[in-house]
Amino acid sequence: MSEDSGRSTGQGEFLADLEAEVAHDLEEHRPPAGGPAYQVVGALVALAVGVVGAVLAYGYGLGTLRRPGAGLWPFVISVVIVVLAVILLVVGRKLEDSERFTRVSLLVLIGGASFVAFAALLPTIGFEIPSLLLCLLWLKFLGGESWRSTVLVSVGAVAAFYLLFLYGLRIPLPHLF
Amino acid sequence: MEAFLDGFGVVTEPQNLLYCLIGVLIGMVIGVLPGLGPAATMAILLPLVITVDPISAIIMLAGIYYGAQYGGTITSVLLRLPGEASSVVTVFDGYALAKKGKAGTALGIAAIGSFVGATISIVVLSLTAPLVAGWALDFGPPEYAALALLGVLLVATIGSGHPVKAMIAAMIGLLLATVGRDAFTNAPRFTFDSLELDSGLDFVVVAMGLFGVGEILYNLEERYGKPHVPAAISNIWPSRKDLRKSSGAIGRGSVIGFFLGVLPGGGAVMSSLAAYAVEKRISKTPEEFGRGAVEGVAAPETANNAAATSSFIPLLTLGIPANASMAMLFAALLVLGITPGPQLLEERPDLFWGVVNSMYIGNILLLILSIPLVGIFVRILRVRPAILAPITVLITVLGAYTINNSVFDVFVMIAFGIVGYLMKKTGFEPGPMVLAFVLGAILEDSVRRSLLIFDGDPTGFATRPISGTILAIFLLVVLSPAIKVLLDRRRAKSPETAPVEQESDVSSK
Repeated sequence: MSEDSGRSTGQGEFLADLEAEVAHDLEEHRPPAGGPAYQVVGALVALAVGVVGAVLAYGYGLGTLRRPGAGLWPFVISVVIVVLAVILLVVGRKLEDSERFTRVSLLVLIGGASFVAFAALLPTIGFEIPSLLLCLLWLKFLGGESWRSTVLVSVGAVAAFYLLFLYGLRIPLPHLF
Repeated sequence: MEAFLDGFGVVTEPQNLLYCLIGVLIGMVIGVLPGLGPAATMAILLPLVITVDPISAIIMLAGIYYGAQYGGTITSVLLRLPGEASSVVTVFDGYALAKKGKAGTALGIAAIGSFVGATISIVVLSLTAPLVAGWALDFGPPEYAALALLGVLLVATIGSGHPVKAMIAAMIGLLLATVGRDAFTNAPRFTFDSLELDSGLDFVVVAMGLFGVGEILYNLEERYGKPHVPAAISNIWPSRKDLRKSSGAIGRGSVIGFFLGVLPGGGAVMSSLAAYAVEKRISKTPEEFGRGAVEGVAAPETANNAAATSSFIPLLTLGIPANASMAMLFAALLVLGITPGPQLLEERPDLFWGVVNSMYIGNILLLILSIPLVGIFVRILRVRPAILAPITVLITVLGAYTINNSVFDVFVMIAFGIVGYLMKKTGFEPGPMVLAFVLGAILEDSVRRSLLIFDGDPTGFATRPISGTILAIFLLVVLSPAIKVLLDRRRAKSPETAPVEQESDVSSK
């Protein structure tokens, strides 16, 4: 809403100022904006989704309005996505609502990988050992906790989940013990 | 009337009271802790919650939502860090009061305002919801199609973020909802010959990914390990003078909050901004705002609670969720085998009134938690986010697994988590996507049923009075940016005539 830059002191103006102030306040805690490349890539991804969606939906058969085929609805939506993505490509280049990837973003990569590893191990060796390892990784290496609190929280959490799922909620999780 | 009283019977069953208490407690805690918002928390807890009795489950989820509005105040006042987006404006005067040593007053006024706003809102909800539901009983597929479309659009345009981006997110949400077998022709769509995708994407899994995992990953990157030392608070009961000063703000905040809360996409965040703006404008001492005016705390905190409550109206009476948190409640109801909509009041009065009346109890519990027991929640601030992160990760992954005992679901959730993270980084809000995804099936279903009714003639939508009116509003919202540009241009030519159009600018965003 920051594009409002009239001189008047109307209600809307005031609210816009207030929102700008709030946004500024929050920005202090945020990494720098990503720049035009981020915006263009975002719009292109949306465009690709729209185009692929439209092509696939066309293949499912459009039918007629009287007898719509399976593809008509997704086709219409995909076309709208394409149109919006093109608009975004044109008007969105200068937006500053993206955030630059920094070295800290590597933490997210590690975090994401730990999710995948956990899910892969869960059905084969049960949830206890993967849970312990995941806690260890997140507390000690991603969170920078001391060894003492890492061990305490990890063991405590796994024990609590064991009791909660297997005894409290009686949900059959794959488990070793 | 009888059903209303029976509702109290439902709430006061010990099990429901317990779940109400658990819900508001969780809400308070996540409200206090920056990071996970109420929608994300509700998403993460869905798989666990749906194992209990439906009424208890919904009472608890509702408690999380409005409880978070109370909790969000505490960090705004004490640390200048809003725990929730709806408490952002509270920062200005709340923190200023805290610096003057009046943190207790700010928290006390906020709690009382929150309670009054929410309670007024529940009373009005109890009176109006049956009327709306009764009126909506005649709605057919065309009305639902128009309403769902308007809901998606408003959420995308009113919410935070760039409207075009939000619309794209919403449209992709609608597209994702078509994955799986088409309900009409039974033809598979976007399944890529995968058996697991045949029945479509589970919305609990998608929501847990986009909200839950997405936020967890996003938080991993942000402001970890900052030491927070909350100031000591004392004298939580506000003086009579402060109460008198803020009574007007509380009254107006309730009204503003109620109306903006009903609006799709409006809700707690916008109403808190609007209520603050109104108070500052009508105040005789506007210069005090930002320097510790009690009205500046009372108004937004009252409004966000009134709005949080009234946003239940569209969900419970029309079956249209007004914001991301309501979309989570909507999802929970569907998973529990209950279709939210106008028939809910007639078919499940126990659930309807049980949930509505639980809010009275919940707010009393919250008032107790946030005035005499506020010290406990201040202490929660000392818990480091790094300790909570792995616990939320475990709840999320194990929860996703338990929905269908399927590892495939967990991978889908992780994939959507990464999408959610990337969306946040590139300025796309995941909220509209989740909401559109949840509404997607209803929307497609109603549109296609309507086409059958109209015998393939799409003008039928415009000629039916209610769907026609809704579509007219829809067009107005779509075209309003263009109209605004035109007005701005004219205004640039004659700068003296400006303030007239301002009001509509606010409400159309």
